[in-house]
Amino acid sequence: MTQHAASGKQARDFSELDSAREVQTLSRPSLSYWQDAWLRLKANKRALVSLFLVVGLLLFTLVGPLVWRVNPAAQDLDQVSQPPGVDRVALIVAPYEPWAGGSTPGTGLRLAETATTQAVRLAWDALPGAQGHRVYRNLFPVGPERAYGIPRAEFFDNATLSFEDRLDIKPGTYYYTIVGLNADGSLSDQTAALTVEAQRVTTLAEAQERGLVAAEATLALGDSVELAAHPLGTDYLGRDMLARLMAGARVSLFIGIGAPLCFVLFGVIFGSVAGFVGGRVDTAMMRFADFVVALPFLLFMILFKIAFGIGPGESGVLPMLVALVLLMWPATARLVRGQILQIREQGYISASQLLGAKTHYLILRHMLPNTLGVVLVTLTFAIPSAIFTEAFLSFIGMGVAPPTPSWGSMSNEGIKTMLTTPHELIFPALLISITVLAFNLLGDGLRDALDARMRNRE
Amino acid sequence: MSETQRPASGDGFTQAAGTQLALYALVAMVVLAAIMALLSFAIGDSSASGGGAIDAERNAITITLRQEPPQLDATRSTDAASFAVLGHVMEGLISYDQKGQLIPGVAERWEIREDGATFWLRDDALWSDGKPVTAADFVFAWRRVVDPATASQYAFITYPIQNAEAITNGDLPPTTLGVRAANERRLEVDFQQPTPYFDKLVAFITFLPLRQDFFESTNGRYAADADMMLYNGPYLLSEWVHGASMRWTKNPLYWNDEKGFLDEIDIAYITTDVNAKLNLFKDAQIADTDLVAPMLPEAMERRWHIDRFMDGTVFFLEFNHRDGRVTKNKNFRKAMQLAQDPSELVYKVLKEAAYIPAESLFPSWIRGAQELLRREHPPTKHEMNLAKAREHLELARQELGLDDFPPIVLLSGDTPVSTLSAEYYQELFKRNLGLEVRIDLQTFKQRLAKMTSGEFDLVLSGWGPDYDDALTFGDLFSSWNLNNRGRYDSADMDANIRIAQSELDPVKRSAAFGEIQRISYEDVVILPMYERGWSFVVDPRLDGLIRRAVGPEVDYTYAKIRSASQNGDE
Amino acid sequence: MWSFILKRLAQGVITVWFIATATFFAMHNVPGDPLLNDRAMTAAIRANVEAKYGLDKPLGEQYVIYLGNLVRGDFGISFTQENREVNDIIREHFPVSATLGVLAVLFAAAGGVLWGALTALYRNRLPDYVIMFFVILGISVPSFVIAAVSQLALVGVNAALGVTLLPVAGWGTLWHMLLPALVLGMGTMAYLTRLMRSSMLEVISADYVRTAKAKGLPAARIFTKHQLRNAILPVITVLGPSIAAITTGGFVVELVFAIPGLGRYFVQAVQQLDYTVIMGTTVFYGAFLVFMVIVVDVLYGFIDPRVRMQ
Repeated sequence: MTQHAASGKQARDFSELDSAREVQTLSRPSLSYWQDAWLRLKANKRALVSLFLVVGLLLFTLVGPLVWRVNPAAQDLDQVSQPPGVDRVALIVAPYEPWAGGSTPGTGLRLAETATTQAVRLAWDALPGAQGHRVYRNLFPVGPERAYGIPRAEFFDNATLSFEDRLDIKPGTYYYTIVGLNADGSLSDQTAALTVEAQRVTTLAEAQERGLVAAEATLALGDSVELAAHPLGTDYLGRDMLARLMAGARVSLFIGIGAPLCFVLFGVIFGSVAGFVGGRVDTAMMRFADFVVALPFLLFMILFKIAFGIGPGESGVLPMLVALVLLMWPATARLVRGQILQIREQGYISASQLLGAKTHYLILRHMLPNTLGVVLVTLTFAIPSAIFTEAFLSFIGMGVAPPTPSWGSMSNEGIKTMLTTPHELIFPALLISITVLAFNLLGDGLRDALDARMRNRE
Repeated sequence: MSETQRPASGDGFTQAAGTQLALYALVAMVVLAAIMALLSFAIGDSSASGGGAIDAERNAITITLRQEPPQLDATRSTDAASFAVLGHVMEGLISYDQKGQLIPGVAERWEIREDGATFWLRDDALWSDGKPVTAADFVFAWRRVVDPATASQYAFITYPIQNAEAITNGDLPPTTLGVRAANERRLEVDFQQPTPYFDKLVAFITFLPLRQDFFESTNGRYAADADMMLYNGPYLLSEWVHGASMRWTKNPLYWNDEKGFLDEIDIAYITTDVNAKLNLFKDAQIADTDLVAPMLPEAMERRWHIDRFMDGTVFFLEFNHRDGRVTKNKNFRKAMQLAQDPSELVYKVLKEAAYIPAESLFPSWIRGAQELLRREHPPTKHEMNLAKAREHLELARQELGLDDFPPIVLLSGDTPVSTLSAEYYQELFKRNLGLEVRIDLQTFKQRLAKMTSGEFDLVLSGWGPDYDDALTFGDLFSSWNLNNRGRYDSADMDANIRIAQSELDPVKRSAAFGEIQRISYEDVVILPMYERGWSFVVDPRLDGLIRRAVGPEVDYTYAKIRSASQNGDE
Repeated sequence: MWSFILKRLAQGVITVWFIATATFFAMHNVPGDPLLNDRAMTAAIRANVEAKYGLDKPLGEQYVIYLGNLVRGDFGISFTQENREVNDIIREHFPVSATLGVLAVLFAAAGGVLWGALTALYRNRLPDYVIMFFVILGISVPSFVIAAVSQLALVGVNAALGVTLLPVAGWGTLWHMLLPALVLGMGTMAYLTRLMRSSMLEVISADYVRTAKAKGLPAARIFTKHQLRNAILPVITVLGPSIAAITTGGFVVELVFAIPGLGRYFVQAVQQLDYTVIMGTTVFYGAFLVFMVIVVDVLYGFIDPRVRMQ
C-alpha cells in the first residue's frame, strides 16, 4: 500500500463486509506425519528407486527360489566354475573305466583314444637318449622360451610310455609336450608335442540322474545332450550360481536385517526405560551402555564368534546375529533416550498429563511414535553396516560355515579365482553393493522425509 | 538460492572458489607428503626390502616366509616356518643333499648298531663365534629336549634313546639320558630298543646342537632375537625384525663349500597370502612363489617355467573307531570306502595340478628296502562300486539294528582346501549312500581339541613326515600312538608296527610296512584323499632352489644366481 | 576443568577393567585347547606345558593373576611365539597399524573435504557426477574387494610402465604406505565427502553468505571464511569416531598387502587360539580407544564450555 493511495482514501470508499459465514477452508488436505513423510519420500527420486531396489531384493530372496527351483547344494562336477552363457552340448560316452596304459599304434606323441573331458590318454615312443619322460600340459602353444606349461607326470624310466590326464579338463584345446629326462633327472632337449581338442562328454547314467533326458530314453553312445542350464554360471563345485545367490541372500539379508531389527528393538526398550525412569537407574543404565560402546567392535565380534562356537551341521548364522546384537545396541539406546528426554519436556506432554493421561498412554501415544522416525532412520543405516560386517567376517574366515552360502563367503571364495573366473566374485559382490547402496539411499530419503523441519518445504 | 540462478555471477564465483579449492588441495598434498615423509622417518628402516628378487651385484635374493617363525630354539620348535629358518642357519649331525639323500653334516661318519650308535664329528665344524661344535653340545641339547622343564612338544621323537621317555615323564633326571660325549669329537648313543632308522631321525630339527655356555648367557632369552642365537649352518641370521623381515647372511666359518653360495638372503615379506606373493613375484620383488590352481592359466600365459614338488603330507579321512560310533562298524566304513574315489576329489574338485590322488597311508615317494615301497608292496587298487557300497551299508544297518543312520559328523579345519573337501564329501555321501553328513568346521586348535576328545565320526586329517623312513607314517595307527585320534586298535596292526620299529632286516621291515598298508585298506582304518604337492615358479635367474618332502620344505642352501651368460639358455 | 578430566579418567579405568574382564571370560569360554598341536603330547609333556602358562590353576585364580599382571602392564608370553612377550608384539606391530591408520584418516579427511566442497560447488555438473560415482563405489563395495582389485591394478600399472611405480605389498618405506592407506581410508573418505557436500550445500544458501556477497567481498574470501569454515564443522565432529573405526578396521588391508600390523596378528592369534595375544591385543585396543575418546572429550571441553557443565 503506497502512501499516495492511502492518503486518497475517503469514508465512502468503505463499505460493510458480508459477515463471514463460511468456515475457513483448508487449501491442502490434512496430512498426518506419516502421510506427509510418505509424500515427500515419493517425491525423492533416488529414495524411490532405492525402495524399489529393496523390494526387488526381497522378491529375489523370497520369491526367487520358487521360480528358479534349482537345488543350491547340488554339485555338477561336469560344469565347474563355468561362466554364464557357454555352450552346453555334450556327447554321451561310456562310463569311465580305468586305463592300464599300454602301447598304441602310431609314432611320436599320440592320442590313444579320442580326447574328452573325461580323460586324455596319451602314448609315445621313448625319446632318443631319454632316461625317462616328463609330461606337460599347456593352454597356449609352446614357444621358444620352452615354458611347457603344467607338469602333469614324470617317469624315471622308459618302462612307462603312456599317461592318462584327468585333471580338470574343460572342452577346448590343450598343448601337450613330453620332454626327455637325463640320467640326473634334469630336462633334456628332446621333446615331442601334440595338440589336443577335448570334447565335452557325459555318461548316460549322469544324464539320467540329472534329469537331462527322460529316465526311459534310449540314447546311444555318440548322441548329444544339453547339460543343465546355469544362467549365472556355476561355482567352484559346479553349483548353480543363481540358486546359491538366492540362498545366500537369505543368509545375508537375515543377518543384515534381522540383527539391526533385534538390536534396535532392544535399544528402544533400553533407551526409553532409561530416559523415562531417569535418575539413578538412568545413570547406571547409560554407564553400562558406555562400557559396551567402548569394546573394540571388530575384535569383539571375532571373539564372540569363536566363543559361541558352532557345532556340526550348524551354519553359525545365529551366533553372528547374537554377537552383532550384543555389540551394536547401545547407539540406538542412547539415541532413543536422548529423544525421550527431549520429548518429556515438550508442552504437549504436560498438556496431556494435565488432561489426565496415564504413563503408558504417554509412552505409547506420544513418546514412541515421536521417536519412531529417528529409529527408522537408524535401522535403515544399520543394515548396510551389518551386511558389511558379515562379509568382512567371511573374508577373514570367521563367517558362516559352509555349505551355507552367504554373499560374503561367496565373494571370499570368488576373490581367489578373480582372474580366471571373475563371475564368481562379481555377482555376489554386486549384490552386496546394490543392497548396501539401496539401504543407504533409502536411509537418506527417510531422514529427509521424516525431518519435521522439512515438512513445509516444497 | 537466488545467486546461483544468475549464471554469470554464479559461474564467476564458482570459478574463483574452485581456484581457491585447487590451491587448498595443493597445500593439502604438500602437507600430507610432509607428514608421510615424517612418518616413514619415524618408523625407520624396518624392512629389509632389498634390491628386488635377484640382485646379482650383491649376490643376494629376496624371498618370503609364510609366517614369523614362532620358535627358533630347536629343542622346542614344532612348525614348518621355524624348521625352514633353522634348516639354513643350523646344521645337525646329518643333513640332506640336493636329491634328498642323507649326507654327513657335523658328523663325518657314523655307525648304527642294534644297541646304539656312534657319531664321529668333523673338526672343522664351527659355531659362529669361532669355537668348534663338540659332542657335548649335542648332549646338552638332547638332554634339554627331554627335560620336563623345557616342555618340548617334540620330546617323543627322542624316545628311541635310552631313558628318554622316563625322563620326560619326570621319573628319571635328564642326566640319565642314553647319550654321552666320549670325547670332543665322538658322540655315543644308547638305544631303548633297536632303532635301525636312527640316522634318518637325527637329521630332524629336534636333534640340532646347542652350546651350554651360550645358552646360559642368554638368561632364558635364547632364540628370542638374532643376537640371542649361535649358528653353525651355511647362513647366519643377521637381522630379525619380528613379524616383518629377516636377513640371512653367508656364514664365513661354515665348513662345507658345496652349500651357501649366496651372500645374502632377504626375507622382506612375511605373508601367507598366495595372491600377495604372486603379485610380488610378478613385480619381480621375490625370487619364487607357489601357484595355486586358479593362478596356473596366467602362469602359462606368461610363459613361466612351472615346476612342482610333493611336500610329503598325505591327507585322509580318519574314522572314529571308538565304541558307540557308527563308524566303528566295519561294513559301514567299507560302504563309505566303496562310495568314493579320491581321483574325483583331486581332478574335479580340488583341481590342484600338483596334488595326486592318495592310494594308501604311505605316500608314493616313501622308500622300502631297495626301491620305492610302492613298487615292493603295491597298495590295493581302489575302485568305486556303488552297488557293493550299498550292500555293505545294508549289512551295517542290520548289524547295528538301526532303521536310519544318525547324521554323520564330519570334522574339518577351516582352510580353503579342507572346506572344499568337506563340502564335496557331504554331497557325495548323500548322493551315493543317502547319508546325512553334518560338517563341523573348526579353527585349527578347536579341531584338534575335538579330535583328541573324539567328538567326530569322520575327520579331515593329514600327516606329514618327520624323518625319511616309512615308520614316520607306519606307526600312526598303533594303539599306543596319541596321534591315532580315531583310537584305532587292532592286534594285527600293532604286531606289524612292532616289527617295523625294531626289525633290523630291511626286507622284513618293508614287508611289515606292506602289511600295515594292507590292513589299513582292508580294515578301512582311513580313506586316503590326496598327497599334497605344490606348483611353484622360480625366477629364471636363480638356480638350485630345492623343495622337498622331508627336511626343510624350502632349501636355498644350494641356490645360486646364474651368471649373465647362462641366462639366455633356458 | 581438572575435576572433569579426573572424572573422565576414572571412568576410563573402570571401562578398561570391564573390557579386560569381558575379554578374559569370553576367551576362556572359547571351545578348543590352545596348547594342542599337530603332534599329540603325552600327559606328562602336557602337564609341563600347562604349568608353564599357569593354566593348571583354577579359573578364579587365573583371573586374579591376570588382573594383577595387567595392573603392572604385563600381558604375558605369547602361546605360539614362546619367546616373545605380548608387550613386545604390541610394541612392534601397533606402530605399523597406527601409522597406517593415521595416514588413512588424513587421506580421508583431506579427500573428503576437498571432494565434498568440489561437488557442492559444481552441483549437478560433470565433476559432481564423476565424484559422486566414486563416492557410491566407496560406500557400497566391500573393503576386501577394493583392496584386492587395487593391488591387482597396481601390478598391471607397474607391468605396463615397466618400472615399479609403487610396491605392491610389504612395509617399510613411504611408498609402501601409499596404496594401503588410500584403500583403508576409501570408505571413510566417501562418507566424509557426502557429509561435506550436504553441509556445504546448506551453507551456500545461508544468509551470512548472501550478506557477504552483497557486501562485495571477494569470492575466494567468501568461499574460505564463510562457506568452507562453517561447512567443515560437522565433518570434524565425526572424525573422532572414524579414527577408531579405521585403526581397528585395518585387518583386511593388512592381510591383503602383507603389512605386519597388529590387526593381522590378531586374526592369526584367534586362529591359533593364542590366549595371551588375543587378550593383550583386545585390552590394549580397548584402552587405546577409551583414551582417545577421553582426549577428544577434553579437547571439546576446552573448545566448548557447555560440555564441561554436563
